[in-house]
Amino acid sequence: MSTCSEPVLGCDLLVDCMIREGVEVVFAYPGGASMPIHQALTRRSKDLRTILPRFEQGGGFAAEGYARATGKVGVCIATSGPGATNFTTCLADAKMDSTPIVAITGQVPTKVIGTDAFQETPIVEIARPITKHHFLVQHTEDIPRVVKEAFYIAQSGRPGPVLIDVPKDLQNRRIVPDYDPAMNLPGYNPDKHASSAELDRVIEMVKQAKRPVIYAGGGVVSSDASAALKKFAISLGIPVTTTLQGIGCFPGEHYLSLHMLGMHGTVYANYAVDAADLLLAWGVRFDDRVTGKIDEFCKHGKIVHIDIDSSELNKNKPACLAIQSDIRYAIDELNTRVEAEPFKLQLEDWHRQIDEWRTSEPLKYDLPEGAILPQHAIKEMWELLKERGELDRTVVATGVGQHQMWAAQYWKFNEPRLWLTSGGLGSMGYGLPAAMGAQSAHPDKIVIDIDGDGSFLMNIQELATIHTENLPVKVLLLNNQHLGMVVQWEDRFYESNRGHTYLGDGNDKPPYPDFVKMAESFGVQSKSIRDPRDLRSSLEEMIDYDGPYVLNVMVPHQEHVLPMIPSGQTVRDIIKT
Amino acid sequence: MRHVLSALVQNQPGVLAHVSGMLASRGFNIDSLAVGPTEVDEFSRMTVVVHGDESTMVQVRRQLEKIVTVVEVKDISSEAFVERDLTLIRVSACAEKRGELRQLVEVFRAKIVDVGPSSLMIEISGTEEKIRSFIDLMKPYGILELARTGRIAMVRAVEGDCDSPELERDRPGH
Repeated sequence: MSTCSEPVLGCDLLVDCMIREGVEVVFAYPGGASMPIHQALTRRSKDLRTILPRFEQGGGFAAEGYARATGKVGVCIATSGPGATNFTTCLADAKMDSTPIVAITGQVPTKVIGTDAFQETPIVEIARPITKHHFLVQHTEDIPRVVKEAFYIAQSGRPGPVLIDVPKDLQNRRIVPDYDPAMNLPGYNPDKHASSAELDRVIEMVKQAKRPVIYAGGGVVSSDASAALKKFAISLGIPVTTTLQGIGCFPGEHYLSLHMLGMHGTVYANYAVDAADLLLAWGVRFDDRVTGKIDEFCKHGKIVHIDIDSSELNKNKPACLAIQSDIRYAIDELNTRVEAEPFKLQLEDWHRQIDEWRTSEPLKYDLPEGAILPQHAIKEMWELLKERGELDRTVVATGVGQHQMWAAQYWKFNEPRLWLTSGGLGSMGYGLPAAMGAQSAHPDKIVIDIDGDGSFLMNIQELATIHTENLPVKVLLLNNQHLGMVVQWEDRFYESNRGHTYLGDGNDKPPYPDFVKMAESFGVQSKSIRDPRDLRSSLEEMIDYDGPYVLNVMVPHQEHVLPMIPSGQTVRDIIKT
Repeated sequence: MRHVLSALVQNQPGVLAHVSGMLASRGFNIDSLAVGPTEVDEFSRMTVVVHGDESTMVQVRRQLEKIVTVVEVKDISSEAFVERDLTLIRVSACAEKRGELRQLVEVFRAKIVDVGPSSLMIEISGTEEKIRSFIDLMKPYGILELARTGRIAMVRAVEGDCDSPELERDRPGH
């Protein structure tokens, strides 16, 4: 490590600063404007692992997967121009799902910025609305401050993506750096804590509740508040439903878990929220996929909304009590109050009512003969890992679509940070690279990408990365030769007219593409099944295989994700069959 | 309702683009946006005039506060504040109309800053209301060109000063 008196190159300084921030792995694809950074990465390869994705978007999603699985900042690096623009989907994705990543892009040299130079793109201008913050580095001397600020901003408050654009000439300049500069962020104060009076008021409202429900979201996961939430809910007997990103923040196998709510949430979760007299909305943002018609959502209940981001309070849905706070602080303080002055809620009737709904309206599917249903394949995988006691060390990533919703419904997560999915932006192609990022952080965990054939094909090039980097990601590919979710909407709302949702080569031809051959060409073990009798043994074979594996499961495309509350409608419009 | 937001922002490249981009992409209806340096080199002052109901205003404000380079946002609409807008107007002015125009300029405490063969350039500053009425009065003469800075605003030191004729001498008739 350099001492303060030695001059160093900007690129070495950048890498050194990342190491000082605790970065252990970066996903970096080189190009003209980022070559000095890559040269510097080779000089520090003992301290920092560089993984070469096969597409910058794969690198960006991998950084997201790494971040969501660890809680640490994920880092991806690309060159200027097309390298940088290939990050845009990842930045927007991380912004929507509040995922802490730092994306570093090379930029053309300072003197040619603005001249339409080769591979020049004003990425900071492009990325402004889709990042939490962004920097165009002006002087090599600024690198330590910018890196420090970027990592701080990415992971504090409501986490999010930060972009650092570094012109090539600054990477190549040699300076004597100040490694510990002061940050200059006078407008950034991420530490928000509920006041004592606000928390007392929450306790008052909880005490009066007869039908309380906790609606917990991604904020609970990102502030590491799961343990506090578990304690609060269990000590008072309050049922918990989670958003897509909140999955795992409360044990899915616990009696009080109502599982996911919203468009494809459980009937009992949606009924419970509809009937609730108190909704504790914690670390959530009242997304339209959760609420449906916003005026009808939890119409009769009082809402206590706690979130770190004040702009989410009263944005979509007015709350009876809106509190800006770090959610872990708030729940910890509520727990302290409950412990200091214990009380019991009379919730027997409420629990009985929920039990009735749970019994009469469970998640269900009919098992046909001769075909593997996608839901069933997911459930079988889950049961296999549960029997083996591996659930809490299994990470699941998904693409976007029907398979994603079925995974959210049928995989019961008991711990946070085991579930990686693109929720807000809904980016197809997220699964394989996100799984690869998580596997790089947790080499000993089982990491499964539950994917659809449409999503999988969007970033299939990352099979090369998992092979060459020895990342033993398992892909459970639910292949229905269609864009299943769009097909489902076509069936429901467009009289089954197929608007370019068929991905195959023709009904008289074999399934297309041949994913087994493709996997093999990447050096990845693979197998295809269609017969239900092969399911269990093939799942076992995949999990037991030492290395990456693609299990192509041919499934019918006629299945619909149910229940379903159509967009903009209410719990009374729920489609059950 | 009309609101005047006064935002202190870090004086860095791109802050204006960030703020205006955020306002546009979230569909907020902006009347005017002015930016300029303050007494501290490090910061600039942005004055945003927005139309909207109370909940829209809260959203605008919180979305502004979320921008890392925005240091502080105040909705000064409910306070006593001084609001100014500098406007340059070129009106066509033949010889026989110049006397009339000069009188109007005086009444409004405006200034003639350029005289051409058949036109005058007039500088006027003041509140939105005053400038609007002046522009209306100029229309019959023929407005050839018009440029406005957009509104800037500052809260008064003491409440109640706003009606003092000594301090507020920019209304026609004062």
